[in-house]
Amino acid sequence: MQTRRFSGTHRYVTTDDLSMAVAAAVTLGRPLLIKGEPGTGKTQLAEEIAQFLDRPLFEWHVKSTTKAQQGLYEYDAVSRLRDSQLGDARVHDIGNYIVKGRLWEAFTSEVQPVLLIDEIDKADIEFPNDLLRELDRMEFYVYETRETIRARHRPIIVITSNNEKELPDAFLRRCFFHYIRFPDADTMQRIVEVHFPGIKQTLLADALEAFYRIRDVPGLKKKPSTSELLDWLKLLLAEDIDPADLRATDGKGTIPPLYGALLKNEQDVHLFEQLVFMNRRTVR
Amino acid sequence: MLIRFITLLRETGIPVSVTEYLALMAALESGVADYSVDDFYVLARAVLIKDERYYDRYDRVFSAHFAGIESSLNSLMDSDIPADWLRRLAELQLTAEEKAKIEALGGLEKVMDGLRERLKEQKGRHEGGSKWIGTAGRSPFGAYGYNPEGVRIGQEGSRQRSAVKVWDRREFRNFDDSVELGTRNLQVALRRLRRFARQGAPDELDLDGTIAATARNAGWLDLKLRPERHNAVKVLLFLDVGGSMDDHVKLTEELFSAACTEFRHLEHYYFHNFIYESVWRDNRRRYQERIPLQDVLRTYGPDYRLIFVGDATMGPYEILRPGGSVEHWNEEAGAVWLGRLLQAFPRFAWLNPAPEPRWEYVPSIRVARELLSDRMYPLSPAGLDRAARVLNAR
Repeated sequence: MQTRRFSGTHRYVTTDDLSMAVAAAVTLGRPLLIKGEPGTGKTQLAEEIAQFLDRPLFEWHVKSTTKAQQGLYEYDAVSRLRDSQLGDARVHDIGNYIVKGRLWEAFTSEVQPVLLIDEIDKADIEFPNDLLRELDRMEFYVYETRETIRARHRPIIVITSNNEKELPDAFLRRCFFHYIRFPDADTMQRIVEVHFPGIKQTLLADALEAFYRIRDVPGLKKKPSTSELLDWLKLLLAEDIDPADLRATDGKGTIPPLYGALLKNEQDVHLFEQLVFMNRRTVR
Repeated sequence: MLIRFITLLRETGIPVSVTEYLALMAALESGVADYSVDDFYVLARAVLIKDERYYDRYDRVFSAHFAGIESSLNSLMDSDIPADWLRRLAELQLTAEEKAKIEALGGLEKVMDGLRERLKEQKGRHEGGSKWIGTAGRSPFGAYGYNPEGVRIGQEGSRQRSAVKVWDRREFRNFDDSVELGTRNLQVALRRLRRFARQGAPDELDLDGTIAATARNAGWLDLKLRPERHNAVKVLLFLDVGGSMDDHVKLTEELFSAACTEFRHLEHYYFHNFIYESVWRDNRRRYQERIPLQDVLRTYGPDYRLIFVGDATMGPYEILRPGGSVEHWNEEAGAVWLGRLLQAFPRFAWLNPAPEPRWEYVPSIRVARELLSDRMYPLSPAGLDRAARVLNAR
């Protein structure tokens, strides 16, 4: 089975190393672990791969309470108990009470699917360990019905992590890994053009400059990322801001308009305003 | 031929296994990569390297191996960890006189900032085509042993990123909970501290309760729900920063990182050398935002477990005498303040990153252990285990 090499879509810009990592993972049928700053498009990647290769996408969003078993299946004993009380005929087949998880759904898909396991680091520390065999052999055993579920087609698995927990070595061994670096100015320009075709060049250049200036402010709790930049540009375009307002050429340092889209907590806003204020004073 | 490459990676401390080597072979065979070095570089990185913190090391091994640049492994390892630099810079190469000079320049932190600026500049100049980072000569940083023998900064041949970049990424000054180096075993040790309690909305089936209630209900189902179990343990963490703790920054960060993910109720404070009348929460603003220890004593209930992390290595007078603090004049001795804390929080332990056999020979550690009724444990998974047992005792 030969697939085209993933090289981004009309709304997603990839770098060479990322498309190579995707190609390797797809070809060898290994899960691809994606890390990177929040807002650099980790989750989006799976959607784009699915769209690019024209495959169904199964998303499994992991929360702190998620158990590995929930991705496989759950046995709904409570409804079976209730049905037995009510004399429902369905009660005799235990299979009626097995609720399929995302992994099972992906395993039984007609065509090779893309499976996204989002934010795996949010779950309990043992979570990745519980999935080792499933990801390796792409099969698991259902105790209640005594059957083994095997993947019809090895799904393309994309796993994202925000680095909140260390993942166990045994798990990492089975994955390919890619770290999405924060895009440099050139890549960023490409990204913006993909999202806002025909944006005014002056506005874009000025906005990017203001954006990287904010990112360079030391001590920010949450640095603005790509997705925040895109939101901000959307606002700038909607408000029809004059590029001149974004410029800080006289060295005075101004607060860019609508900065609420870039800075996400009040300490950061406060810090930023203070810095701008201090800047003004020193210039004077 | 790649076996040599793999061994080289392993020698620099990147965990590469046979599985990954075979995976790389399979990938090469399948023809994902064309026959170009660039493709191979990216492919091998995706397959072999599982953590971005190894990227830089990988780059250097790669360039050393494939461009045939001779570079001793030692220098690779040394220049990789800025924390080590700091230590070298601060300790091995500083005389007492120079230390005083640093203070005069506004503290180590500021000097380091300056040093960092300088590094950036140097890099610029270097790329501009003049020469290697040289000795700093007359600059105020010259005195700090900032020379390429001790610290090799950015091999000429390294690909795309130089060591300076790594330096940029890792600022160790505040204990950062995003550091994830080897926190796993510490985290497992911390699990011993878990105390589960059921609080909140009832959304879990209470099987025993249901059976009992159903039986009482003459066989008709009577579902009972109860709240889910959560880790309810509360932890108050006091961390020593600066001074002699610089040696233990890495370990302490690992502990802090592990603790942050393990406990929902975790409050942390910093102190320097010993506990006095005030502590602080943000290292960057330690001089502006002091929190009176009295406030801490008032704020938290006795159900909080108190954990100190510090090497307790100082002059004994810093603990025992009023005015003993190295930073300011303290009206009451550190021992008095420690006593108040221990009284307010009866479940406490002190974790000491310094190796246990050395404790005997440091007078201040002996004093501290006496004050702590001997509840001092080494900062290691095993030591945490022992501490957890004491902290959990009723």
